[in-house]
Amino acid sequence: MEDDAPVIYGLEFQIHIIDFDDENNIINKNVLLHQAGEIWHISASPADRGVLATCYNRTCCPVLDSFVALGKSAAQLLKALATPSDSKVLTCAAVWRMPKELESGTHESPDDSSSAAQTLELLCHLDNTAHSNMACVVWEPMGDGKKIISLADNHILLWDLQESSSQAVLASSASLEGKGQLKFTSGRWSPHHNCTQVATANDTTLRGWDTRSMSQIYCIENAHGQLVRDLDFNPNKQYYLASCGDDCKVKFWDTRNVTEPVKTLEEHSHWVWNVRYNHSHDQLVLTGSSDSRVILSNMVSISSEPFGHLVDDDDISDQEDHRSEEKSKEPLQDNVIATYEEHEDSVYAVDWSSADPWLFASLSYDGRLVINRVPRALKYHILL
Amino acid sequence: MAPGSASSPSPSFPASRPWAAVGAMAAAAAAGPSPGSGPGDSPEGPEGEAPERRRKAHGMLKLYYGLSEGEAAGRPAGPDPLDPTDLNGAHFDPEVYLDKLRRECPLAQLMDSETDMVRQIRALDSDMQTLVYENYNKFISATDTIRKMKNDFRKMEDEMDRLATNMAVITDFSARISATLQDRHERITKLAGVHALLRKLQFLFELPSRLTKCVELGAYGQAVRYQGRAQAVLQQYQHLPSFRAIQDDCQVITARLAQQLRQRFREGGSGAPEQAECVELLLALGEPAEELCEEFLAHARGRLEEELRSLEAELGPSPPAPDVLEFTDHGGSGFVGGLCQVAAAYQELFAAQGPAGAERLAAFARELGSRYFALVERRLAQEAAFLGCLTDVRQALAAPRVAGKEGPGLAELLANVASSILSHIKASLAAVHLFTAKEVSFSNKPYFRGEFCSQGVREGLIVGFIRSMCHTAQSFCDSPGEKGGATPPALLLLLSRLCLDYETATISYILTLTDEQFLVQDQFPVTPVSTLCAEARETARRLLTHYVKVQGLVISQMLRKSVETRDWLSTLEPRNVRAVMKRVVEDTTAIDVQVGLLYEEGVRKAQSSDSSKRTFSVYSSSRQQGRYAPSYTPSAPMDTNLLSNIQKLFSERIDVFSPVEFNKVSVLTGIIKISLKTLLECVRLRTFGRFGLQQVQVDCHFLQLYLWRFVADEELVHLLLDEVVASAALRCPDPVPMEPSVVEVICERG
Repeated sequence: MEDDAPVIYGLEFQIHIIDFDDENNIINKNVLLHQAGEIWHISASPADRGVLATCYNRTCCPVLDSFVALGKSAAQLLKALATPSDSKVLTCAAVWRMPKELESGTHESPDDSSSAAQTLELLCHLDNTAHSNMACVVWEPMGDGKKIISLADNHILLWDLQESSSQAVLASSASLEGKGQLKFTSGRWSPHHNCTQVATANDTTLRGWDTRSMSQIYCIENAHGQLVRDLDFNPNKQYYLASCGDDCKVKFWDTRNVTEPVKTLEEHSHWVWNVRYNHSHDQLVLTGSSDSRVILSNMVSISSEPFGHLVDDDDISDQEDHRSEEKSKEPLQDNVIATYEEHEDSVYAVDWSSADPWLFASLSYDGRLVINRVPRALKYHILL
Repeated sequence: MAPGSASSPSPSFPASRPWAAVGAMAAAAAAGPSPGSGPGDSPEGPEGEAPERRRKAHGMLKLYYGLSEGEAAGRPAGPDPLDPTDLNGAHFDPEVYLDKLRRECPLAQLMDSETDMVRQIRALDSDMQTLVYENYNKFISATDTIRKMKNDFRKMEDEMDRLATNMAVITDFSARISATLQDRHERITKLAGVHALLRKLQFLFELPSRLTKCVELGAYGQAVRYQGRAQAVLQQYQHLPSFRAIQDDCQVITARLAQQLRQRFREGGSGAPEQAECVELLLALGEPAEELCEEFLAHARGRLEEELRSLEAELGPSPPAPDVLEFTDHGGSGFVGGLCQVAAAYQELFAAQGPAGAERLAAFARELGSRYFALVERRLAQEAAFLGCLTDVRQALAAPRVAGKEGPGLAELLANVASSILSHIKASLAAVHLFTAKEVSFSNKPYFRGEFCSQGVREGLIVGFIRSMCHTAQSFCDSPGEKGGATPPALLLLLSRLCLDYETATISYILTLTDEQFLVQDQFPVTPVSTLCAEARETARRLLTHYVKVQGLVISQMLRKSVETRDWLSTLEPRNVRAVMKRVVEDTTAIDVQVGLLYEEGVRKAQSSDSSKRTFSVYSSSRQQGRYAPSYTPSAPMDTNLLSNIQKLFSERIDVFSPVEFNKVSVLTGIIKISLKTLLECVRLRTFGRFGLQQVQVDCHFLQLYLWRFVADEELVHLLLDEVVASAALRCPDPVPMEPSVVEVICERG
């Protein structure tokens, strides 16, 4: 089975598209050059799999473009950035299109891809003259890929992509007021409520926003003891979201009652950088941490299927079957399913495959990408 | 032989059956020689009915003499009662018998049976005669008795007649007497009525003066009784002027009486029973019950409140609170007793008030009761205010911190806390021990003997205390703030040490003490010492881990701010170690001192003998150089990663927030690990210019110079700092490291 929406990871200046062939256990890699600069955040369009958005660092240096145009490799570009000391780092965001042949999913042998790196086609900049530091870009999860939200310093910007994504128009924005330098670190777009809600994290606070009015709808102060690194919405339960942060905890919230987390996990021994719900079985939660571990947890009690998959009684004709069924259906406890320790350095990104719900990948600082599967026994327990 | 007697037996002398049978047989035998003759037929008829009658009479006789039927039936030998040849059978037929004899027996046997029969008949005859004589005598005497009775009755009849006539005479006389006395009796009755009326009138006339007198003497009860008696009459005859006057007088006096009663009631100097009496009297005077009941309750409230106040005063803010036992006793006798009295009196007095009155009383009792209980609770809370002790500790801890001499006092403070808690426990044990003292009356109840000792004191008080101490201590670990500001770290450290001490010694000591004092002897399950110790140890561990986290966080925040707020691309060439790093080292040293006051040194990993700082720094900086050297050469772009990966393969994974052990080195290692890891992660998020990298290099070298001595394994510090510099180099587009010698010079100068 092919991994259609590819697991992508950004290592400076390159975008690698990894195809994982499940049947043959073969990994294919395609490298795309990201001309604009060092990528800090990346997200693929839900509607068009050839389109993706990135946040990247750009140093004000005219040499850069020319070097990029020459198609040099990442390391060389790094060197080319030895610029005068007055250079400044700006984080921008842009929408890109992959070359057509990659998008189709067919690919040549892996050797070719490394030799002939292709470049991305710039569709549009998420114009950032007013706001400098783009932390994060998020696509509207269900829509036609025309709406995108970016977080810049203390602003939430909602963009409308025009015809064929050639231009992005700022539709509306909201900003966070308060003392001190407020800065969004992360954001997610809720797939529920007709995609009208966005949640953001800044410092230790989680906030929910209504994209229609761009007003705050809820606020979880001190959601974590320290910086909140990431959050994710439960794909099946509309009020539930998970967050993680520097206090080594993963917390699960019900946004209707924000005084207390529904559940707290304390499995990691350092900052948790990423938390992801499985797209279809929301009891499976994946977390990546700078203790270089990836932990797969089974949060049955707060999932949408707390008692396992419900089977109609009619389906079971034989009484005997029924009994054995019941026995095996004893609700699972919330627990850690597995801890993956393949990484040698901090894990900065984890995500589930959008095609195969039992597959996930994690990426660490040393550039190692690990693809893992949910343990077979658990998979069958959930399915059967 | 007398055949006549046999053929006509007298019914008055019933014979036994064998004898009758023999008789019949004899008759038959007598007639035997002439069979088929006429006289042979004649006895047939009477002989047919005779057995029937005889048997009936015989049955009655047997009943009379108490012989059972079975006994009689046992005697006849013949098994078949229907056999006509059976002499004693019921259906004996002489003809058949004779026929049979004649037919079957030889002559000699016939002769024998004949003689035998004759003999039997003779014996029976004589028997019959004796019987007849005996019965005859009895009959004669019975007849005599009856005759005598007849005579006696006749005499008695005469006497009865005489009695009847006498009675008639008496009745006559009586009627005559009552007729003569009739009219006189009527007159007497009338006179008596008049007399009573006159007495009543006199009472009425005298009533005002009597009432006055009563009121003057204070015999209110008497007065009220008089008034009650006269009331109705006066009411009835108030249309007569004289009565009217009396009534008016009475009313005046009654009003005065009521007023006096009320006054006495209000004065309230007298106790509850007297008040109750007053109220009763007032009620009898027809005062409105509603109002009285209000007033009564108000009054009672006043008194009870006074009791409460005195209890409260006892409770007071002043520290020398009286003994619990005394307090309870006081409260029990004073307040509770009073309340009970009031309730009882109220119910007695205002029973007529119905549910509304009861409701009012209930509300009243509830309110006062709850206030009382609140007081008692407060008192008991004072007794159980162990947590207050912790608060004291906290304040004590905060105070020296403010004063700026936190260090030296810590160990002392620990000792103080430990001893004060211990003395608290002992004091409360002693207080509770009073409950089981011999002289206290209820101490002999089985509850106080068994359950109280084990469940109440050992489990509830001591174990509960230790648990709550652990719990409170743990609650400091997950305070919502988590920013470290909520709980002073020193407190965490102190509590951790305290818990550890408890684990090692104090818990078992306290429990032994309790067991000795209370002689826990029943079979209730008690918490074993080991469980409590484990809990205390766990608490101590959590506290210490939390301490490490909090302190690590403080330093982390410092480092993080320093990395995040700086523009690393446009820094100048480093000339100094940044102040932040110096601060970090200072703080770490302070923490080292602080922890050293409470915890032992702990073991370090064996170092490579007398390794000076210098050699290490040279070694590591040379390694740093080696690690990012490949980035100079464009041909090997991935070497950096590769090298670091290979290196990591051989080094152990560093568990940053790992649990710590109970010693100083472990604690410090934990804190430094957390801080350096934070530095690493922060560095990775930035982009460095050339001089930025060099600054990081200098800073790290500085940290290396000073931090290694705090940790268990200095290699750890080196590893982490190397990692920081390597990451910075990777994040730098122009990684030109500083000469190690220059770095050293700068560090030594700073």
